[in-house]
Amino acid sequence: MKKGIESMKTDVLVSIRNLVKYFDISGGWLEQLRFTGGRISRQEVIVKAVNDISFDILKGETVAVVGESGCGKSTLARTVMSLYPPNSGEIYYQDKRIDQLSEKQLKYYRTRMQMIFQDPYASLNPRMTVEDILSEPIHFHHPSMTREQVKEKIIKVMKQVGIDPDWQDRFPHEFSGGQRQRISIARALTLDPDFIVADEPIAALDVSIQAQILNLLMDLQQENDLTYLFISHDLSVVEHISNKVAVMYLGSLCEFGETEHLFSNPNHPYTQALLSAIPKLGQRFSHTRLPGDVPTPINLPPGCVFHTRCPYAREICFRQVPQLIKEDGKTAVACHGAAEGWLK
Amino acid sequence: MSTLLSISRLNVDFALRKSTLRAINDVSLTIEEGERLGVVGESGAGKSVLGFSIIQLISKPGFIASGEIQFQGKNLASCTYEEMRSIRGNQISMIFQDPMMTLNPVLTIGSQMRETLQAHRQISTAEADRICIEKLKKVYIPSSEKRLKQFPHEFSGGMRQRIVIAISLLTDPSLIIADEPTTALDVTIQAEILDLMLELCESDNMGLMLITHDLAVVSQVTQRIAVMYAGTIVELGSTALITRDPQHPYTVGLLGALPQRAARSKRLNQIPGVMPGLAKIPPGCPFSNRCSLVEAICRSTRPALETKQSGIQVACHMVK
Repeated sequence: MKKGIESMKTDVLVSIRNLVKYFDISGGWLEQLRFTGGRISRQEVIVKAVNDISFDILKGETVAVVGESGCGKSTLARTVMSLYPPNSGEIYYQDKRIDQLSEKQLKYYRTRMQMIFQDPYASLNPRMTVEDILSEPIHFHHPSMTREQVKEKIIKVMKQVGIDPDWQDRFPHEFSGGQRQRISIARALTLDPDFIVADEPIAALDVSIQAQILNLLMDLQQENDLTYLFISHDLSVVEHISNKVAVMYLGSLCEFGETEHLFSNPNHPYTQALLSAIPKLGQRFSHTRLPGDVPTPINLPPGCVFHTRCPYAREICFRQVPQLIKEDGKTAVACHGAAEGWLK
Repeated sequence: MSTLLSISRLNVDFALRKSTLRAINDVSLTIEEGERLGVVGESGAGKSVLGFSIIQLISKPGFIASGEIQFQGKNLASCTYEEMRSIRGNQISMIFQDPMMTLNPVLTIGSQMRETLQAHRQISTAEADRICIEKLKKVYIPSSEKRLKQFPHEFSGGMRQRIVIAISLLTDPSLIIADEPTTALDVTIQAEILDLMLELCESDNMGLMLITHDLAVVSQVTQRIAVMYAGTIVELGSTALITRDPQHPYTVGLLGALPQRAARSKRLNQIPGVMPGLAKIPPGCPFSNRCSLVEAICRSTRPALETKQSGIQVACHMVK
């Protein structure tokens, strides 16, 4: 646990150390009863959503988390935002540990960290006007601000995201999907945060609107000096926007490193398969087929979580969990094969 | 190669209380036997309505206002309900986006597959089972005999979509209309499903109409692309040509908006504005209010889909 604190430098904004998040889905005690072998026993069902994940997010950087649905990337984002309490592990924000703070103590950090959600149809309250939506965080966190100051701030953020400030009195249903996403970005900006977690911000949008929102996010990053944790399943978007990529599989981090290096030189067999599956314009692809399906996070495979589908798996992978090891100074890989050099 | 499906001057309207909206405006296209055609566009472009209207699945208030859909010597646009039932799911099958929604959760896979088969053919249950198992093997579902007795929830998303594909293959159709078949799936599964569809089309010489918003997916699978915008086809031509050198400003914009084409962390090309709703399509060229090349003629006259110098059919006044 100590190693995390040592490696932290001043330019690290958010640091995640050995983060673990489980969900108990066993329900009430009656639902937990199982009848097996002539005996009644009580059984808990636990979803192991995030398992022992550590990485740092530097100031001004965009770190993308990619993985297939159910790999725990959204859980990771929400745990980092302190929306879910972690089961174990630590989260640091500018060297301050924030995962154990009370709601009251967290209040300051909530102004520093904001979130953008996937579906702008669900994340904006249909009964609130744009003005209400944008002023609510200000009223909550800075109750001393005058009405004029709030108004000024709202106009400023609306201009920043490209929504006409005259539309303050309109309701979300009067806007298109792209405009709604702009409003939810504006809401995240009202408190001048340093760190924004964007959970699939463009997945629900059309291609031409996706480009508009991606451009907006990149512009805002420059103007407001923002740091992003960008959750996405779209690898070509991730390649475009991020500085670093974390590849997740079944709650574990497979590979973490600089985008360019990781995309041109994937080390983990899962990353290789994932990258080969991206459909590319104008070229017929030959992708690596992974046998079988993703196992359930309720019964994680022992050893390396990927060994059930890995074409290179050896005996060691079945019993020992691989550690995330920095391969060549640029990417860190959690794979026995890559560490011992027998991969490929 | 002979023509499998030929749509000419198709108009599909939706009658509302006060007005009538035109969802498909003067669309003509053909699919040859064994040809794979991609229909690309953003949401609301009318690509799904086009697919549905081929097999007359558009329900009220939508209706085919005019035009012909020629398929195996029949005009599908004027077929009766009974005639259509014998074609739908038989010679023309459809695959939908979400495999969890298309499969009935309370029926076993086997009974759903048998139902399709026995609706079109007078065969015994044992014979139907034999065909079902054969088709499940074709889509690489292991231990298919056992799988027939299972329910949809016992399969993963990718497996479910394979089953949906197997169902669409049951009657050996000559045309499959696939409406966003991989949109609900993860990339690795998407790649497998696309591989499978390509393989099946090639081995059985089936025609495929692949409706999707994803240009990269279309470029993997199809031979020709039709780009739709606000109910019309704006560009139609060979996949290789269009992806390499798009002609219509909308297609240029759409391809430019793809992150994989742009340099890393540079701004993406964006098309300003959004696609207009059906009630607000501008007169003249439907793209005129977002187009960078717009001139006076674009605002007054609707351009026709014509073959241009590049060999691509383009509906644009400005493209030579």
